[in-house]
Amino acid sequence: MSATVERPGRVNPLSRALSDAGVLAWRSLKRIPRTPDMLIYATIQPIMFVLLFAYVFGNAIPIPGFPGARAYREFLMSGIFAQTMAFAVASASVGLADDMSKGLIDRFRSLPMARSGVIAGRVVGDLVFNAFVMLVMVICGFIVGWRWHNGFGQALAAFAILLLFAFAMLWVGALIGLSVGGPEVASSAGLIWLFPLTFLSNAFVPTPNLPSGLQPVAEWNPISSIVAACRHLFGNPSPFASPDGFPAQHPVWLSLIWCALIIAVFAPLAVRKYRSATSH
Amino acid sequence: MAAIEATGLVKTFRTRKNTVKALDGIDLDVPEGSVLGLLGPNGAGKTTTVRVLTTLMAPDAGSARVLGHDVVKEADTVRSLVGLSGQYAAVDELLTGRENLWMFGRLYRLSSQQAKQRAEELLEVFDLTDAADRILKTYSGGMRRRLDLAGSLIAHPKVLFLDEPTTGLDPRSRLDLWQIIRDRVSEGVTILLTTQYLEEADELADSIAVVDHGSVIARGTADELKAKVGGERIEVVVHEPDDTDRALELLVGALGITDLDATTTDHHSRRITLPAPGGSSALVDVIRTLDGGGIRIADIGLRRPTLDDVFLTLTGHEAVVDETKEKA
Repeated sequence: MSATVERPGRVNPLSRALSDAGVLAWRSLKRIPRTPDMLIYATIQPIMFVLLFAYVFGNAIPIPGFPGARAYREFLMSGIFAQTMAFAVASASVGLADDMSKGLIDRFRSLPMARSGVIAGRVVGDLVFNAFVMLVMVICGFIVGWRWHNGFGQALAAFAILLLFAFAMLWVGALIGLSVGGPEVASSAGLIWLFPLTFLSNAFVPTPNLPSGLQPVAEWNPISSIVAACRHLFGNPSPFASPDGFPAQHPVWLSLIWCALIIAVFAPLAVRKYRSATSH
Repeated sequence: MAAIEATGLVKTFRTRKNTVKALDGIDLDVPEGSVLGLLGPNGAGKTTTVRVLTTLMAPDAGSARVLGHDVVKEADTVRSLVGLSGQYAAVDELLTGRENLWMFGRLYRLSSQQAKQRAEELLEVFDLTDAADRILKTYSGGMRRRLDLAGSLIAHPKVLFLDEPTTGLDPRSRLDLWQIIRDRVSEGVTILLTTQYLEEADELADSIAVVDHGSVIARGTADELKAKVGGERIEVVVHEPDDTDRALELLVGALGITDLDATTTDHHSRRITLPAPGGSSALVDVIRTLDGGGIRIADIGLRRPTLDDVFLTLTGHEAVVDETKEKA
């Protein structure tokens, strides 16, 4: 019985927050291989989307200015990547709602740990999880004929933007997970609004093909900005309805602005929610 | 010095349909090194009281101090001094026992090495060493509860909050857990324990506060509360329905019962209950008397007062579960 406990006042708050987030991230990572079904579903869904769009809908969707069947697959993959990262919302919301319903959030809140620790740990753990899912998607993309054309550096930048987007969306998921009643609700509450959001974007259908009233919505949509940034960096076809607009001219900047905006709004909200969250 | 003191705690929950006053002026005073049992039915405000005292929830009114530190203004200090173990065994089901304890140790600001060492000590004390490397999904309810309790002891807390520590456990695990709690008491830990079982409060607590509708309706030792209820009672079931009245008559005479209101008879179930001031010796008298009167006994037993008896006596209503307050 020799271990003693330091009083929180003596610890630098930042190193304390980082250490707590690290411990909770360790916890998330430990859990991943012990729930292999989650990993399988998280990768099967995007693979299904790739196959469906590449081989079923793809032939019916022409890419303005880019003829040929392969053009759609080149166009599609960035959309799939962004959609997969957006769906990170669900992993955070379900994970935290599960911790809530099991009373773990109460336990964590009764410990002398940083307020951001639990969510930050969850976000970092889920980010690693999503990086793995993305790796599977990249391999899948290569198989259906997608390539990057601007060199490895630019491709790496695109992947960084995708992970940044996942990071931003995880905070949204954290807020949802801490706000709803249980993991079942969290799953649908985390995803239901994402479907219209992804379909009202440039992810699967080129925006010039959309009704003109929807075009500006789809081009400013945060998901579209991520997709456009990736297409730009990968050198894939990226048609715009208004090629002179800001989204078409500055896709990378717009994607970064959106990510920063989402984080700036949702990270404080999620941490605030955590401070008053109580289980069951 | 009081380890836990609370004055006039009020907490109100608003839902769309109604407003529930979960705490309606709770006052508590727990001396250092003692055990207070917070006794009450579901929804009485026990869990809310624990949540306020462990800084999980701020009260709407009133104040509370743990080891002299205000639970709202000095929440961080309070958190580093107390341990909390709830009725839901708040542990990670996908981590092993050892991993769970290491994680909690790290979050209590132990170094990785210290956390490892403390985990080993606690696994040993709680008899979980053999199961240390199994994930918690494979643990029994009692093992989970023990691990949960171990988690709350990592930082050697001077004050321990146990929210219904044995609810839902089998009798054997309950006895194990009681022993663990007694060991903590002998180490000088102050404990606030909530329970729905009078028996449990009786076993573990130095004093008991009975809570109902968010306030304390009675305080005292288990014996004092039982005295209020009237102590133990004898229940006799006679064999023939027609014998019920005659049996009561004989017993009232033989035991010298003067207050007939303290007895009950139910012809339908052929059941008679009587106060038993002498405990088990009265049982012998009852059997002798009925045997002498030629009345056949179908069943007989000494019944300890239950939480229901306490409630019935103190409030006039039974300790029924109030669904609207269940979550409070």
